[in-house]
Amino acid sequence: MSWFTRQPKGITTPTSEKKDAPEGLWYKTPSGKIIQTRELRSNCYVSPEDNYHVKIGSREYFEILFDDNQFTEIAAELTSADPLGFSDTKPYRQRLADSRQKTGLNDAARAAQGQMNGLDLVIACMDFEFIGGSMGSVVGEKVARAIDTALANRLPLLIISRSGGARMMEAGYSLMQLAKTSAKLAKLGEAGIPYISLLTDPTTGGVSASFAMLGDFNIAEPGALIGFAGPRVVRETIGKDLPKGFQTAEFVLEHGFLDFIVDRRQLKTRLTTLLKMLK
Amino acid sequence: MLLDFEKPIADLETKLAEMKKAATDNQIDMSVSIATIEEQIQALKIETYRKLTRWQRVQLSRHVDRPYTLDYIDYLATDFVELHGDRTVRDDKAMVGGFGTIDGQTFMLIGQQKGRNTKDRQFRNFGMANPEGYRKALRLMKLAEKFNKPIVTFIDTPGAFPGIEAEERGQAEAIARNLREMFMLRVPVICIIIGEGASGGALGIAIGDRVLMLENAWYSVISPENCSAILWRSWNYKEQAAEAMKPTATDMLAFKLIDGIIDEPLGGAHANKAAIAQTVKQTILDTYQELAKLTPDERIEQRIQKFASMGVYATV
Repeated sequence: MSWFTRQPKGITTPTSEKKDAPEGLWYKTPSGKIIQTRELRSNCYVSPEDNYHVKIGSREYFEILFDDNQFTEIAAELTSADPLGFSDTKPYRQRLADSRQKTGLNDAARAAQGQMNGLDLVIACMDFEFIGGSMGSVVGEKVARAIDTALANRLPLLIISRSGGARMMEAGYSLMQLAKTSAKLAKLGEAGIPYISLLTDPTTGGVSASFAMLGDFNIAEPGALIGFAGPRVVRETIGKDLPKGFQTAEFVLEHGFLDFIVDRRQLKTRLTTLLKMLK
Repeated sequence: MLLDFEKPIADLETKLAEMKKAATDNQIDMSVSIATIEEQIQALKIETYRKLTRWQRVQLSRHVDRPYTLDYIDYLATDFVELHGDRTVRDDKAMVGGFGTIDGQTFMLIGQQKGRNTKDRQFRNFGMANPEGYRKALRLMKLAEKFNKPIVTFIDTPGAFPGIEAEERGQAEAIARNLREMFMLRVPVICIIIGEGASGGALGIAIGDRVLMLENAWYSVISPENCSAILWRSWNYKEQAAEAMKPTATDMLAFKLIDGIIDEPLGGAHANKAAIAQTVKQTILDTYQELAKLTPDERIEQRIQKFASMGVYATV
Protein backbone atom coordinates (compact mmCIF):
# COMPACT_ATOMS: atom_id res chain seq x y z
CA MET A 1 0.00 0.00 0.00
CA SER A 2 1.62 3.24 -1.04
CA TRP A 3 1.47 6.31 1.16
CA PHE A 4 0.60 8.37 -1.86
CA THR A 5 -2.55 7.72 -3.86
CA ARG A 6 -3.61 9.44 -7.01
CA GLN A 7 -6.69 11.59 -6.76
CA PRO A 8 -9.55 10.14 -8.81
CA LYS A 9 -10.55 12.25 -11.77
CA GLY A 10 -13.83 12.95 -13.47
CA ILE A 11 -17.15 13.27 -11.74
CA THR A 12 -16.44 12.58 -8.11
CA THR A 13 -19.57 13.84 -6.39
CA PRO A 14 -21.44 10.79 -5.12
CA THR A 15 -25.03 10.77 -6.30
CA SER A 16 -26.23 10.83 -2.69
CA GLU A 17 -24.70 14.29 -2.28
CA LYS A 18 -26.44 15.72 -5.33
CA LYS A 19 -29.44 16.58 -3.24
CA ASP A 20 -32.24 18.68 -4.58
CA ALA A 21 -34.94 20.21 -2.40
CA PRO A 22 -33.61 19.89 1.12
CA GLU A 23 -35.07 17.43 3.56
CA GLY A 24 -34.82 17.51 7.32
CA LEU A 25 -35.16 20.43 9.70
CA TRP A 26 -32.13 22.48 8.78
CA TYR A 27 -30.37 23.41 5.56
CA LYS A 28 -26.80 24.61 5.14
CA THR A 29 -25.94 26.72 2.08
CA PRO A 30 -22.59 26.35 0.29
CA SER A 31 -21.29 29.48 2.04
CA GLY A 32 -22.15 27.93 5.39
CA LYS A 33 -25.33 29.77 6.30
CA ILE A 34 -27.83 27.66 8.20
CA ILE A 35 -31.54 28.04 7.80
CA GLN A 36 -34.66 26.21 8.93
CA THR A 37 -36.12 24.30 5.98
CA ARG A 38 -39.61 25.58 6.78
CA GLU A 39 -38.36 29.16 6.54
CA LEU A 40 -36.46 28.29 3.37
CA ARG A 41 -39.64 26.99 1.79
CA SER A 42 -41.58 30.14 2.57
CA ASN A 43 -38.70 32.12 1.03
CA CYS A 44 -38.94 30.38 -2.38
CA TYR A 45 -35.98 28.20 -1.42
CA VAL A 46 -33.63 31.17 -1.35
CA SER A 47 -31.36 31.50 1.65
CA PRO A 48 -32.15 34.96 3.11
CA GLU A 49 -28.66 35.55 4.44
CA ASP A 50 -26.59 34.93 1.30
CA ASN A 51 -29.29 34.84 -1.41
CA TYR A 52 -28.21 31.35 -2.37
CA HIS A 53 -30.79 29.79 -4.69
CA VAL A 54 -31.22 26.23 -3.51
CA LYS A 55 -31.56 23.77 -6.36
CA ILE A 56 -35.20 22.77 -6.62
CA GLY A 57 -37.38 20.81 -9.01
CA SER A 58 -40.80 20.83 -10.64
CA ARG A 59 -42.65 20.21 -7.38
CA GLU A 60 -41.24 23.40 -5.86
CA TYR A 61 -41.45 25.57 -8.99
CA PHE A 62 -45.06 24.61 -9.58
CA GLU A 63 -45.81 25.49 -5.96
CA ILE A 64 -44.05 28.86 -6.32
CA LEU A 65 -45.64 29.82 -9.64
CA PHE A 66 -49.09 28.29 -9.95
CA ASP A 67 -51.83 30.03 -7.95
CA ASP A 68 -52.70 27.93 -4.89
CA ASN A 69 -50.50 25.16 -6.32
CA GLN A 70 -53.37 24.27 -8.66
CA PHE A 71 -52.48 22.85 -12.07
CA THR A 72 -53.33 20.15 -14.57
CA GLU A 73 -50.39 18.00 -15.46
CA ILE A 74 -49.66 17.21 -19.10
CA ALA A 75 -48.57 13.72 -20.17
CA ALA A 76 -47.70 12.75 -16.59
CA GLU A 77 -47.91 9.09 -17.52
CA LEU A 78 -44.89 9.11 -19.84
CA THR A 79 -41.92 7.09 -18.75
CA SER A 80 -38.65 6.09 -20.39
CA ALA A 81 -38.41 2.95 -22.41
CA ASP A 82 -34.98 1.51 -23.11
CA PRO A 83 -34.89 1.61 -26.90
CA LEU A 84 -31.22 0.64 -27.19
CA GLY A 85 -31.07 -1.96 -24.44
CA PHE A 86 -28.33 0.26 -23.04
CA SER A 87 -25.95 -0.80 -20.35
CA ASP A 88 -22.78 0.82 -19.00
CA THR A 89 -21.66 0.03 -15.47
CA LYS A 90 -25.35 -0.46 -14.74
CA PRO A 91 -28.23 -1.34 -17.07
CA TYR A 92 -30.25 1.73 -18.06
CA ARG A 93 -33.45 -0.02 -16.95
CA GLN A 94 -32.00 -0.40 -13.49
CA ARG A 95 -30.89 3.24 -13.43
CA LEU A 96 -34.41 4.30 -14.37
CA ALA A 97 -36.01 2.11 -11.73
CA ASP A 98 -33.62 3.43 -9.08
CA SER A 99 -34.24 7.04 -10.08
CA ARG A 100 -38.01 6.56 -10.02
CA GLN A 101 -37.72 4.99 -6.60
CA LYS A 102 -35.41 7.71 -5.27
CA THR A 103 -37.27 10.71 -6.65
CA GLY A 104 -40.87 9.60 -6.94
CA LEU A 105 -40.79 11.10 -10.45
CA ASN A 106 -41.48 9.37 -13.76
CA ASP A 107 -38.67 11.17 -15.59
CA ALA A 108 -36.59 14.36 -15.68
CA ALA A 109 -39.34 16.81 -16.64
CA ARG A 110 -42.93 17.62 -15.82
CA ALA A 111 -45.36 19.86 -17.66
CA ALA A 112 -48.56 21.45 -16.49
CA GLN A 113 -51.21 24.01 -17.33
CA GLY A 114 -52.53 26.41 -14.73
CA GLN A 115 -52.81 30.01 -13.64
CA MET A 116 -50.17 32.43 -12.44
CA ASN A 117 -51.67 35.50 -10.78
CA GLY A 118 -54.82 34.71 -12.71
CA LEU A 119 -52.99 34.41 -16.02
CA ASP A 120 -53.34 31.10 -17.86
CA LEU A 121 -50.07 29.54 -18.94
CA VAL A 122 -48.19 26.30 -19.58
CA ILE A 123 -45.06 25.47 -17.62
CA ALA A 124 -42.59 22.67 -18.33
CA CYS A 125 -39.97 22.16 -15.66
CA MET A 126 -36.95 19.88 -15.51
CA ASP A 127 -35.96 17.76 -12.53
CA PHE A 128 -32.22 17.52 -12.14
CA GLU A 129 -32.38 14.81 -9.51
CA PHE A 130 -33.64 12.38 -12.15
CA ILE A 131 -30.43 11.24 -13.94
CA GLY A 132 -28.96 14.74 -13.96
CA GLY A 133 -32.02 16.25 -15.60
CA SER A 134 -30.87 14.57 -18.77
CA MET A 135 -33.05 14.79 -21.87
CA GLY A 136 -34.10 11.54 -23.47
CA SER A 137 -37.27 10.70 -25.39
CA VAL A 138 -39.57 11.42 -22.44
CA VAL A 139 -38.21 14.89 -21.67
CA GLY A 140 -38.33 15.70 -25.39
CA GLU A 141 -41.90 14.47 -25.69
CA LYS A 142 -43.06 16.29 -22.55
CA VAL A 143 -41.56 19.57 -23.75
CA ALA A 144 -43.14 18.94 -27.14
CA ARG A 145 -46.56 18.28 -25.57
CA ALA A 146 -46.22 21.40 -23.41
CA ILE A 147 -45.57 23.40 -26.59
CA ASP A 148 -48.52 21.70 -28.33
CA THR A 149 -50.78 22.62 -25.41
CA ALA A 150 -49.58 26.23 -25.46
CA LEU A 151 -50.15 26.33 -29.21
CA ALA A 152 -53.61 24.71 -29.15
CA ASN A 153 -54.87 27.00 -26.39
CA ARG A 154 -52.84 30.06 -27.35
CA LEU A 155 -51.25 30.25 -23.93
CA PRO A 156 -47.84 31.62 -23.04
CA LEU A 157 -45.17 29.03 -22.33
CA LEU A 158 -42.52 28.93 -19.64
CA ILE A 159 -39.83 26.26 -19.68
CA ILE A 160 -37.61 25.95 -16.63
CA SER A 161 -34.36 24.22 -17.55
CA ARG A 162 -32.00 22.48 -15.25
CA SER A 163 -30.03 19.81 -17.00
CA GLY A 164 -26.60 18.43 -17.78
CA GLY A 165 -27.73 17.87 -21.38
CA ALA A 166 -28.88 14.97 -23.51
CA ARG A 167 -29.23 11.52 -21.96
CA MET A 168 -26.43 9.28 -23.20
CA MET A 169 -28.35 6.06 -22.54
CA GLU A 170 -30.74 6.91 -25.36
CA ALA A 171 -27.89 8.08 -27.62
CA GLY A 172 -29.26 8.97 -31.09
CA TYR A 173 -32.81 9.28 -29.78
CA SER A 174 -31.66 11.82 -27.20
CA LEU A 175 -29.81 13.87 -29.80
CA MET A 176 -32.94 14.09 -31.91
CA GLN A 177 -34.88 15.57 -28.98
CA LEU A 178 -32.90 18.77 -29.57
CA ALA A 179 -34.32 18.84 -33.07
CA LYS A 180 -37.81 17.81 -32.00
CA THR A 181 -38.21 20.50 -29.33
CA SER A 182 -36.76 23.16 -31.66
CA ALA A 183 -39.17 22.11 -34.40
CA LYS A 184 -42.11 22.60 -32.06
CA LEU A 185 -40.76 25.98 -30.94
CA ALA A 186 -40.47 27.07 -34.55
CA LYS A 187 -44.23 26.45 -34.87
CA LEU A 188 -44.96 28.26 -31.61
CA GLY A 189 -42.93 31.23 -32.80
CA GLU A 190 -44.89 31.37 -36.06
CA ALA A 191 -48.12 31.58 -34.06
CA GLY A 192 -46.84 34.58 -32.13
CA ILE A 193 -47.20 32.95 -28.73
CA PRO A 194 -44.69 34.11 -26.12
CA TYR A 195 -42.12 31.66 -24.82
CA ILE A 196 -40.01 32.43 -21.77
CA SER A 197 -37.01 30.23 -21.08
CA LEU A 198 -35.78 30.25 -17.49
CA LEU A 199 -32.28 28.80 -17.14
CA THR A 200 -31.38 27.55 -13.69
CA ASP A 201 -28.33 25.93 -12.18
CA PRO A 202 -27.03 24.13 -14.23
CA THR A 203 -28.18 24.33 -17.84
CA THR A 204 -25.66 22.89 -20.27
CA GLY A 205 -25.23 20.62 -23.28
CA GLY A 206 -28.12 19.58 -25.46
CA VAL A 207 -30.69 21.46 -23.41
CA SER A 208 -28.90 24.80 -23.68
CA ALA A 209 -28.22 24.02 -27.35
CA SER A 210 -31.93 23.68 -28.05
CA PHE A 211 -35.05 24.95 -26.27
CA ALA A 212 -33.32 26.67 -23.34
CA MET A 213 -31.64 29.23 -25.62
CA LEU A 214 -34.64 29.71 -27.90
CA GLY A 215 -36.86 31.83 -25.69
CA ASP A 216 -38.37 35.08 -26.85
CA PHE A 217 -37.02 35.91 -23.43
CA ASN A 218 -34.07 34.04 -22.02
CA ILE A 219 -33.83 34.66 -18.30
CA ALA A 220 -31.85 33.01 -15.52
CA GLU A 221 -31.50 32.64 -11.80
CA PRO A 222 -28.51 34.38 -10.19
CA GLY A 223 -25.28 32.43 -10.22
CA ALA A 224 -26.64 29.63 -12.41
CA LEU A 225 -24.09 27.71 -14.47
CA ILE A 226 -25.04 28.12 -18.12
CA GLY A 227 -23.07 26.92 -21.09
CA PHE A 228 -22.73 24.57 -24.01
CA ALA A 229 -19.75 22.52 -22.83
CA GLY A 230 -19.45 21.83 -19.12
CA PRO A 231 -16.64 23.66 -17.29
CA ARG A 232 -14.60 20.47 -16.91
CA VAL A 233 -14.58 19.91 -20.67
CA VAL A 234 -13.63 23.53 -21.38
CA ARG A 235 -10.83 23.33 -18.81
CA GLU A 236 -9.48 20.17 -20.43
CA THR A 237 -9.69 21.75 -23.89
CA ILE A 238 -7.75 24.89 -23.03
CA GLY A 239 -5.48 23.18 -20.51
CA LYS A 240 -5.67 25.87 -17.87
CA ASP A 241 -7.94 27.15 -15.14
CA LEU A 242 -11.08 28.99 -16.11
CA PRO A 243 -11.56 32.68 -15.41
CA LYS A 244 -13.56 33.50 -12.29
CA GLY A 245 -17.27 33.71 -12.93
CA PHE A 246 -16.97 31.89 -16.27
CA GLN A 247 -20.31 30.48 -17.48
CA THR A 248 -22.32 32.03 -14.65
CA ALA A 249 -25.68 33.63 -15.43
CA GLU A 250 -24.02 37.02 -14.90
CA PHE A 251 -21.29 36.15 -17.45
CA VAL A 252 -23.87 34.96 -19.97
CA LEU A 253 -25.95 38.14 -19.45
CA GLU A 254 -22.84 40.27 -19.95
CA HIS A 255 -22.13 38.48 -23.24
CA GLY A 256 -25.59 39.19 -24.52
CA PHE A 257 -27.39 35.87 -24.32
CA LEU A 258 -29.82 36.60 -21.49
CA ASP A 259 -32.49 39.27 -21.16
CA PHE A 260 -32.28 39.51 -17.40
CA ILE A 261 -31.47 37.67 -14.21
CA VAL A 262 -34.28 37.23 -11.75
CA ASP A 263 -34.27 36.51 -8.05
CA ARG A 264 -36.55 33.56 -7.46
CA ARG A 265 -38.53 35.54 -4.88
CA GLN A 266 -39.48 38.02 -7.63
CA LEU A 267 -39.96 35.42 -10.35
CA LYS A 268 -43.73 35.16 -10.24
CA THR A 269 -44.23 38.95 -10.18
CA ARG A 270 -41.72 39.65 -12.93
CA LEU A 271 -43.14 36.95 -15.20
CA THR A 272 -46.67 38.22 -14.64
CA THR A 273 -45.69 41.80 -15.42
CA LEU A 274 -43.93 40.76 -18.61
CA LEU A 275 -46.68 38.47 -19.86
CA LYS A 276 -49.39 41.06 -19.13
CA MET A 277 -47.55 43.54 -21.35
CA LEU A 278 -47.73 41.08 -24.23
CA LYS A 279 -51.45 40.43 -23.98
CA MET B 1 -1.59 5.05 -41.88
CA LEU B 2 -3.43 1.77 -41.69
CA LEU B 3 -6.07 0.64 -39.26
CA ASP B 4 -5.52 -2.74 -37.59
CA PHE B 5 -8.06 -4.52 -39.70
CA GLU B 6 -6.70 -2.95 -42.89
CA LYS B 7 -3.21 -4.43 -42.36
CA PRO B 8 -3.75 -8.05 -43.46
CA ILE B 9 -5.33 -6.71 -46.66
CA ALA B 10 -2.51 -4.24 -47.22
CA ASP B 11 0.05 -7.02 -46.68
CA LEU B 12 -1.55 -9.11 -49.39
CA GLU B 13 -1.72 -6.10 -51.67
CA THR B 14 2.02 -5.50 -51.17
CA LYS B 15 2.67 -9.12 -51.98
CA LEU B 16 0.56 -8.81 -55.11
CA ALA B 17 2.45 -5.71 -56.21
CA GLU B 18 5.79 -7.47 -55.69
CA MET B 19 4.62 -10.45 -57.65
CA LYS B 20 3.43 -8.30 -60.53
CA LYS B 21 6.73 -6.46 -60.56
CA ALA B 22 8.69 -9.73 -60.52
CA ALA B 23 6.57 -11.01 -63.40
CA THR B 24 7.25 -7.95 -65.52
CA ASP B 25 10.94 -7.67 -64.56
CA ASN B 26 11.69 -11.31 -65.24
CA GLN B 27 9.29 -11.77 -68.15
CA ILE B 28 7.66 -14.79 -66.56
CA ASP B 29 4.04 -15.78 -66.52
CA MET B 30 2.75 -15.64 -62.94
CA SER B 31 -0.85 -15.00 -63.89
CA VAL B 32 -2.15 -18.01 -61.95
CA SER B 33 -0.48 -16.95 -58.69
CA ILE B 34 -1.52 -13.36 -59.25
CA ALA B 35 -5.11 -14.37 -59.81
CA THR B 36 -5.04 -16.48 -56.65
CA ILE B 37 -3.80 -13.56 -54.54
CA GLU B 38 -6.31 -11.22 -56.11
CA GLU B 39 -9.05 -13.66 -55.16
CA GLN B 40 -7.63 -13.90 -51.65
CA ILE B 41 -7.64 -10.12 -51.32
CA GLN B 42 -11.20 -9.84 -52.51
CA ALA B 43 -12.33 -12.60 -50.17
CA LEU B 44 -10.51 -11.08 -47.22
CA LYS B 45 -11.99 -7.66 -47.94
CA ILE B 46 -15.50 -9.03 -48.07
CA GLU B 47 -14.86 -11.02 -44.92
CA THR B 48 -13.39 -8.01 -43.09
CA TYR B 49 -15.85 -5.33 -44.11
CA ARG B 50 -18.93 -7.46 -43.73
CA LYS B 51 -18.34 -8.02 -40.05
CA LEU B 52 -16.90 -4.68 -38.93
CA THR B 53 -17.66 -3.90 -35.33
CA ARG B 54 -19.26 -0.58 -34.50
CA TRP B 55 -15.96 0.71 -33.14
CA GLN B 56 -14.18 -0.28 -36.36
CA ARG B 57 -16.69 1.75 -38.31
CA VAL B 58 -16.01 4.71 -36.03
CA GLN B 59 -12.33 4.24 -36.87
CA LEU B 60 -13.12 4.16 -40.58
CA SER B 61 -15.19 7.34 -40.25
CA ARG B 62 -12.03 9.07 -39.01
CA HIS B 63 -9.63 7.47 -41.48
CA VAL B 64 -6.89 9.93 -42.44
CA ASP B 65 -7.54 9.30 -46.13
CA ARG B 66 -11.30 9.62 -45.92
CA PRO B 67 -12.78 12.25 -48.24
CA TYR B 68 -13.76 15.47 -46.48
CA THR B 69 -16.35 18.10 -47.37
CA LEU B 70 -14.16 20.06 -49.80
CA ASP B 71 -13.12 16.81 -51.51
CA TYR B 72 -16.77 16.10 -52.26
CA ILE B 73 -17.40 19.66 -53.35
CA ASP B 74 -14.37 19.53 -55.66
CA TYR B 75 -15.68 16.42 -57.28
CA LEU B 76 -19.38 17.24 -57.40
CA ALA B 77 -19.49 20.87 -58.34
CA THR B 78 -18.38 22.13 -61.71
CA ASP B 79 -18.30 25.67 -60.40
CA PHE B 80 -17.88 26.50 -56.77
CA VAL B 81 -17.84 29.98 -55.31
CA GLU B 82 -16.77 29.73 -51.70
CA LEU B 83 -18.31 32.32 -49.41
CA HIS B 84 -16.79 33.40 -46.13
CA GLY B 85 -17.69 34.90 -42.79
CA ASP B 86 -20.61 35.22 -40.43
CA ARG B 87 -20.74 39.04 -40.84
CA THR B 88 -20.28 39.43 -37.09
CA VAL B 89 -17.06 38.00 -35.72
CA ARG B 90 -14.87 36.24 -38.24
CA ASP B 91 -14.59 33.51 -40.83
CA ASP B 92 -14.66 30.08 -39.24
CA LYS B 93 -12.34 27.74 -41.13
CA ALA B 94 -13.97 24.66 -39.63
CA MET B 95 -17.17 25.44 -41.53
CA VAL B 96 -17.05 25.97 -45.28
CA GLY B 97 -19.73 26.83 -47.77
CA GLY B 98 -20.70 28.41 -51.03
CA PHE B 99 -22.73 28.09 -54.21
CA GLY B 100 -21.84 25.25 -56.53
CA THR B 101 -23.31 23.78 -59.68
CA ILE B 102 -24.06 20.08 -59.90
CA ASP B 103 -25.30 18.88 -63.28
CA GLY B 104 -26.50 22.36 -64.15
CA GLN B 105 -28.40 22.92 -60.90
CA THR B 106 -27.09 25.48 -58.41
CA PHE B 107 -26.89 24.23 -54.83
CA MET B 108 -25.72 25.84 -51.60
CA LEU B 109 -23.06 23.46 -50.34
CA ILE B 110 -22.09 23.70 -46.67
CA GLY B 111 -20.09 21.49 -44.34
CA GLN B 112 -17.58 21.06 -41.58
CA GLN B 113 -14.05 20.77 -42.88
CA LYS B 114 -11.23 18.75 -41.33
CA GLY B 115 -7.56 19.06 -42.16
CA ARG B 116 -5.34 16.32 -43.50
CA ASN B 117 -1.94 17.22 -42.04
CA THR B 118 -0.98 18.74 -38.70
CA LYS B 119 -0.90 22.32 -39.95
CA ASP B 120 -4.11 21.96 -41.88
CA ARG B 121 -5.84 20.28 -38.97
CA GLN B 122 -5.04 23.21 -36.75
CA PHE B 123 -6.13 25.65 -39.43
CA ARG B 124 -9.45 23.81 -39.63
CA ASN B 125 -9.64 23.42 -35.84
CA PHE B 126 -10.11 19.66 -36.35
CA GLY B 127 -13.50 20.29 -37.92
CA MET B 128 -14.84 21.75 -34.69
CA ALA B 129 -16.75 24.93 -35.47
CA ASN B 130 -17.13 27.91 -33.17
CA PRO B 131 -20.44 29.81 -32.92
CA GLU B 132 -19.43 31.95 -35.90
CA GLY B 133 -19.22 28.75 -37.94
CA TYR B 134 -22.84 27.90 -37.20
CA ARG B 135 -23.85 31.50 -37.85
CA LYS B 136 -21.96 31.49 -41.14
CA ALA B 137 -23.76 28.29 -42.11
CA LEU B 138 -27.12 29.86 -41.26
CA ARG B 139 -26.26 33.02 -43.18
CA LEU B 140 -25.49 30.93 -46.25
CA MET B 141 -28.68 28.90 -45.85
CA LYS B 142 -30.74 32.10 -45.72
CA LEU B 143 -28.91 33.28 -48.81
CA ALA B 144 -29.85 30.04 -50.57
CA GLU B 145 -33.46 30.54 -49.50
CA LYS B 146 -33.43 34.09 -50.82
CA PHE B 147 -32.32 32.93 -54.26
CA ASN B 148 -34.44 29.78 -54.12
CA LYS B 149 -31.55 27.32 -54.32
CA PRO B 150 -31.56 23.91 -52.63
CA ILE B 151 -29.13 23.25 -49.79
CA VAL B 152 -26.81 20.30 -49.21
CA THR B 153 -24.91 20.02 -45.93
CA PHE B 154 -21.97 17.69 -45.31
CA ILE B 155 -21.59 16.70 -41.67
CA ASP B 156 -18.17 15.66 -40.42
CA THR B 157 -17.27 16.85 -36.94
CA PRO B 158 -16.03 15.49 -33.62
CA GLY B 159 -18.26 18.16 -32.05
CA ALA B 160 -18.76 21.88 -31.71
CA PHE B 161 -15.65 23.49 -30.23
CA PRO B 162 -15.74 23.60 -26.42
CA GLY B 163 -13.46 26.61 -25.85
CA ILE B 164 -13.68 29.77 -23.76
CA GLU B 165 -14.43 32.06 -26.69
CA ALA B 166 -17.00 29.63 -28.03
CA GLU B 167 -18.82 29.92 -24.71
CA GLU B 168 -18.46 33.70 -24.66
CA ARG B 169 -19.94 33.97 -28.12
CA GLY B 170 -22.83 31.65 -27.36
CA GLN B 171 -22.11 28.22 -28.82
CA ALA B 172 -25.36 26.86 -27.39
CA GLU B 173 -27.41 29.74 -28.77
CA ALA B 174 -25.82 29.46 -32.21
CA ILE B 175 -26.63 25.76 -32.51
CA ALA B 176 -30.12 26.13 -31.04
CA ARG B 177 -30.94 28.92 -33.48
CA ASN B 178 -29.79 26.83 -36.44
CA LEU B 179 -32.04 23.97 -35.37
CA ARG B 180 -35.08 26.20 -35.21
CA GLU B 181 -34.32 28.19 -38.36
CA MET B 182 -33.51 25.16 -40.50
CA PHE B 183 -37.02 23.83 -39.91
CA MET B 184 -38.47 26.92 -41.55
CA LEU B 185 -36.26 27.00 -44.65
CA ARG B 186 -38.44 27.16 -47.75
CA VAL B 187 -35.93 25.42 -50.02
CA PRO B 188 -35.10 21.69 -50.08
CA VAL B 189 -32.45 20.67 -47.53
CA ILE B 190 -30.40 17.49 -47.91
CA CYS B 191 -28.02 16.53 -45.11
CA ILE B 192 -25.29 13.92 -45.50
CA ILE B 193 -23.21 12.60 -42.63
CA ILE B 194 -19.96 11.80 -44.41
CA GLY B 195 -17.76 10.97 -41.43
CA GLU B 196 -18.30 11.88 -37.81
CA GLY B 197 -21.61 13.17 -36.60
CA ALA B 198 -20.99 14.13 -33.01
CA SER B 199 -23.79 15.62 -31.01
CA GLY B 200 -25.20 19.14 -31.25
CA GLY B 201 -22.18 20.21 -33.28
CA ALA B 202 -23.32 17.86 -36.04
CA LEU B 203 -27.05 18.45 -35.63
CA GLY B 204 -26.47 22.21 -35.95
CA ILE B 205 -26.34 21.79 -39.73
CA ALA B 206 -28.28 18.52 -40.00
CA ILE B 207 -31.97 19.46 -39.98
CA GLY B 208 -33.15 18.43 -43.40
CA ASP B 209 -35.88 16.99 -45.56
CA ARG B 210 -33.61 14.01 -46.06
CA VAL B 211 -30.82 13.06 -43.67
CA LEU B 212 -28.52 10.44 -45.14
CA MET B 213 -25.50 8.69 -43.74
CA LEU B 214 -22.53 7.19 -45.49
CA GLU B 215 -22.23 3.50 -44.69
CA ASN B 216 -19.23 3.93 -42.39
CA ALA B 217 -20.17 7.22 -40.79
CA TRP B 218 -21.40 7.48 -37.23
CA TYR B 219 -23.94 9.84 -35.71
CA SER B 220 -24.85 10.10 -32.06
CA VAL B 221 -25.21 12.21 -28.96
CA ILE B 222 -21.54 11.92 -27.97
CA SER B 223 -18.38 10.20 -29.18
CA PRO B 224 -17.72 6.68 -27.88
CA GLU B 225 -14.59 7.95 -26.08
CA ASN B 226 -16.43 10.69 -24.24
CA CYS B 227 -19.30 8.36 -23.45
CA SER B 228 -16.77 5.95 -21.96
CA ALA B 229 -15.15 8.76 -19.95
CA ILE B 230 -18.45 9.89 -18.49
CA LEU B 231 -20.38 6.66 -17.93
CA TRP B 232 -17.48 4.30 -17.21
CA ARG B 233 -15.31 7.11 -15.79
CA SER B 234 -12.40 5.82 -17.86
CA TRP B 235 -11.23 6.20 -21.47
CA ASN B 236 -10.85 2.45 -21.86
CA TYR B 237 -14.39 1.45 -22.69
CA LYS B 238 -14.78 3.10 -26.09
CA GLU B 239 -15.51 -0.20 -27.86
CA GLN B 240 -18.25 -1.04 -25.35
CA ALA B 241 -19.56 2.50 -25.53
CA ALA B 242 -19.75 2.28 -29.34
CA GLU B 243 -21.65 -1.01 -29.05
CA ALA B 244 -24.02 0.41 -26.44
CA MET B 245 -24.74 3.66 -28.28
CA LYS B 246 -25.42 2.02 -31.63
CA PRO B 247 -24.27 5.03 -33.68
CA THR B 248 -23.74 3.40 -37.09
CA ALA B 249 -25.73 4.12 -40.24
CA THR B 250 -27.49 0.75 -40.01
CA ASP B 251 -28.45 1.41 -36.38
CA MET B 252 -29.65 4.94 -37.04
CA LEU B 253 -31.75 3.83 -40.02
CA ALA B 254 -33.29 1.00 -37.99
CA PHE B 255 -34.25 3.57 -35.34
CA LYS B 256 -35.77 5.75 -38.11
CA LEU B 257 -33.55 8.63 -37.00
CA ILE B 258 -32.13 9.02 -40.51
CA ASP B 259 -33.72 8.57 -43.93
CA GLY B 260 -31.20 6.48 -45.79
CA ILE B 261 -27.72 5.01 -46.17
CA ILE B 262 -25.28 5.73 -48.96
CA ASP B 263 -23.22 2.60 -49.67
CA GLU B 264 -19.46 2.97 -49.69
CA PRO B 265 -17.05 1.05 -51.91
CA LEU B 266 -15.57 -2.10 -50.44
CA GLY B 267 -12.86 -1.00 -48.03
CA GLY B 268 -14.53 2.31 -47.22
CA ALA B 269 -14.95 5.70 -48.89
CA HIS B 270 -11.19 6.27 -49.06
CA ALA B 271 -10.63 3.04 -50.98
CA ASN B 272 -12.25 4.55 -54.06
CA LYS B 273 -12.84 8.27 -53.78
CA ALA B 274 -14.15 8.72 -57.31
CA ALA B 275 -16.70 5.97 -56.78
CA ILE B 276 -18.06 7.35 -53.51
CA ALA B 277 -18.17 10.88 -54.88
CA GLN B 278 -20.13 9.64 -57.89
CA THR B 279 -22.58 7.80 -55.63
CA VAL B 280 -23.02 10.90 -53.46
CA LYS B 281 -23.57 13.06 -56.55
CA GLN B 282 -26.23 10.75 -57.92
CA THR B 283 -27.92 10.55 -54.52
CA ILE B 284 -28.04 14.33 -54.22
CA LEU B 285 -29.53 14.72 -57.69
CA ASP B 286 -32.13 11.98 -57.18
CA THR B 287 -33.10 13.27 -53.74
CA TYR B 288 -33.41 16.80 -55.04
CA GLN B 289 -35.71 15.62 -57.84
CA GLU B 290 -37.94 14.02 -55.25
CA LEU B 291 -38.01 17.05 -52.96
CA ALA B 292 -38.56 19.53 -55.77
CA LYS B 293 -41.97 17.94 -56.38
CA LEU B 294 -43.24 19.23 -53.03
CA THR B 295 -44.27 22.77 -52.23
CA PRO B 296 -42.22 24.67 -49.65
CA ASP B 297 -45.06 24.39 -47.13
CA GLU B 298 -45.31 20.65 -47.65
CA ARG B 299 -41.58 20.23 -47.17
CA ILE B 300 -41.56 22.30 -43.98
CA GLU B 301 -44.54 20.42 -42.57
CA GLN B 302 -43.00 17.02 -43.37
CA ARG B 303 -39.61 18.09 -42.00
CA ILE B 304 -41.20 19.16 -38.72
CA GLN B 305 -43.38 16.06 -38.50
CA LYS B 306 -40.46 13.74 -39.13
CA PHE B 307 -38.33 15.11 -36.31
CA ALA B 308 -41.34 15.60 -34.02
CA SER B 309 -42.09 11.89 -34.20
CA MET B 310 -38.60 10.82 -33.08
CA GLY B 311 -38.39 9.19 -29.69
CA VAL B 312 -39.44 6.01 -27.93
CA TYR B 313 -41.25 6.05 -24.60
CA ALA B 314 -43.67 4.04 -22.53
CA THR B 315 -46.50 4.90 -20.19
CA VAL B 316 -46.70 4.04 -16.52
